[in-house]
Amino acid sequence: MISTILISAFMLGGGLFSLLAAVGVIRFPDVYTRMHAATKAPAFGILLLQMAAALYFASLYAIAISLMVVVFIFLTAPVASHSISRVAHLLNIPKWSDTVMDEMEDDPDIPEPEKSGKV
Amino acid sequence: MNSYALIPEWVSISTLAMLALAILLALFRLMKGPTLPDRIVALDLIAALCMCFAIAYAISSSEVRYLDIAAIVALVAFIGTVAYATYLKKKYL
Repeated sequence: MISTILISAFMLGGGLFSLLAAVGVIRFPDVYTRMHAATKAPAFGILLLQMAAALYFASLYAIAISLMVVVFIFLTAPVASHSISRVAHLLNIPKWSDTVMDEMEDDPDIPEPEKSGKV
Repeated sequence: MNSYALIPEWVSISTLAMLALAILLALFRLMKGPTLPDRIVALDLIAALCMCFAIAYAISSSEVRYLDIAAIVALVAFIGTVAYATYLKKKYL
């Protein structure tokens, strides 16, 4: 009974967070804010769904593979989003008009991006 | 037959429906997305949502082997995203 309630709550929470990530990708104004939505919320959704799977199957195999996937996702999602956002900034993808600060633009160590809209 | 906990059917069906709707919204951004990095972000999101779908389907069908799909997609999607970023950097900079 307890496990039924816990597994159902984890499943619904994981689905809801994944749906919120997609809504954020549709609604946010520029590529950097979209990346913010597309990277963090699905990682949390995967964490919740893998916890539900580990509780549901309750075998060594399921728990080990759930732990492996969660650790891998939490290690690689920031790396992937950082590489995309760095390339987007180097390519001069336009920012949102209300952007407050951009530390990369003032950094003298980073070369000046080319000023043509090629992408 | 098996000793798994009984999950109500509406829970698994509504979870799978939410994930399907999320994949549709991400596909919309993939088609519309004004720049190329937008499309890469949408592809990354679709890979993560496919992982979620595989896990939810594993629970709803009581088949533990479907959890492997999530592990494989996690490995491939990370390599793919980094490869897209490297390709953009090599081509346009």
